[in-house]
Amino acid sequence: MTEIRLPSSLDGIEPVQSVRTPIRMEYTFTPGVAAQTYLRAFGNKKILGNVSPVDGAILVPPRGADPRHGVLCEEFVEMSHTGHVGSYCVTNVPIPGRDLDLPYISAWIFLDGADIGFLNLVAECPPEKCRIGMRVEAVWKPDEEIGMTAENILYWRPTGEPDIPFEAAGVRGWHARKAGGENA
Amino acid sequence: MHERQAGKMRKVAIVAAASRQEEIMLDTEVEMMIPLISEVRNKVGLDQSELGFTCSGSSDFLAGQAFSFVMTLDAVGPVPPIVESHVEMDGAWAFYETWVKFQMGVIDTAIVYSYGKPSPGSLQDVLSTQLDPYYVAPLWPDAHSVAALQARLLLEDGVVTSDQLADCAIRTGTVDNREEYFSQPIIADPLRQADCPTYADGGVAMILASEGKAEELCDRPAWITGIDHRIDSHHFGVRDLTAVPSVRLAAQKAGVHDGPIDVTELHAAYTTHDLLLRKEMGLPEIPDIPQGSYPIKADTLMASGLLRIAEAARSIWGGDANRVLAHATAGPVLQQNLVCVLEGGDN
Repeated sequence: MTEIRLPSSLDGIEPVQSVRTPIRMEYTFTPGVAAQTYLRAFGNKKILGNVSPVDGAILVPPRGADPRHGVLCEEFVEMSHTGHVGSYCVTNVPIPGRDLDLPYISAWIFLDGADIGFLNLVAECPPEKCRIGMRVEAVWKPDEEIGMTAENILYWRPTGEPDIPFEAAGVRGWHARKAGGENA
Repeated sequence: MHERQAGKMRKVAIVAAASRQEEIMLDTEVEMMIPLISEVRNKVGLDQSELGFTCSGSSDFLAGQAFSFVMTLDAVGPVPPIVESHVEMDGAWAFYETWVKFQMGVIDTAIVYSYGKPSPGSLQDVLSTQLDPYYVAPLWPDAHSVAALQARLLLEDGVVTSDQLADCAIRTGTVDNREEYFSQPIIADPLRQADCPTYADGGVAMILASEGKAEELCDRPAWITGIDHRIDSHHFGVRDLTAVPSVRLAAQKAGVHDGPIDVTELHAAYTTHDLLLRKEMGLPEIPDIPQGSYPIKADTLMASGLLRIAEAARSIWGGDANRVLAHATAGPVLQQNLVCVLEGGDN
């Protein structure tokens, strides 16, 4: 390694070992048309989905676009508060910054009628009882705590209804319904 | 390597463009870009599966989100899978990458787009994060102050005068007359508001096609007859800020001086940049050559350069011009420069 010679003016001065240059940027985030419509409805305990103008697929939560085709989705539909577990994961290690009792279940929740799922918590269910196709319902925060936030739904719990068949659960159902169609 | 070799380069043209700029846009980037991307594809009658390459430019620092460009692909419809690339630069560099892809001979059509939404954050601070992270960025110099360092040097070295700045401001339309200019307070010594850009949210999309295909898609394709980009040092302490050798070289390599220029589309966000770019590229300071549009009045980081190229193509399509110079810049004080010559093909 090349020896670094400092100028004599720096003799006896403690060398700089590191510098910290913190960066902080502040943003005023606007959620856009679709997410805003969704959040306003969510603040009234309603779950909205977007309807694809291409094939009528229902996308929850709505992002204003059918990303498969690059087209705007301007139609909204109100969804039920029940669905099923499309797939799930039981986590036994804590996540820094999240205060969740271990073990916890995170699952892809497919609302009834929806063509895609979203990630959420499943509780009131021992991990060994969780299964693909299990019917679940939303557990909302108390009404006075509901706001325009994704935190409105605390978790999803089993309804006790019969499971939907494994072959029809989650994206398997999507593929089954689209069998023979394009872009399945 | 990029030197123009007439007859050896594949001819590529811009055949469609769409753009939108507003002071503040409340749509998401996806909601903003879908209509633009759809518009250019509809103009040429091609769907995504018929486009050989998709290339975009944007900045995570504007969106405040890592990998934000991946989300914006929702606006394209990347199913079935597409060949795609992205530059964390102005879309003009995505345009360059796409032109190279054409030269490789692997595509005949492509879509290029870029967008920027500075309104959610402070663009003055966002631009600070692109500076050298050890010596300059920790001082958080805002963008106007960095531009003012250069302006001060230009004035003190006699490269430009205050009257020239005032006249440039009048020409770009930020003020009506010298009296109005000199009555404005100085906001970043020696710059006044009329010397500095007004920011806008916006985006631009365009379709490129090679010879043989372009003529089918457009009555009067805007042919890229020269394109080059060059970079000055990132450390402005080692640069002579009164000169921009990168743009001089890029203009030379792009063949700007091989024929008359009918319209210029300079990406000059400051009056000082306008004067300096004209000087370096050998263009008249009081232009006999009209400037088509003025980014100083609506500067959209990551899209302004590609917008200049789109505007240049529009003046070809409209028949107003036959040979147009488009320029894009990125980085602090004109650090990176791309020069492109578009021609309509008139003899």
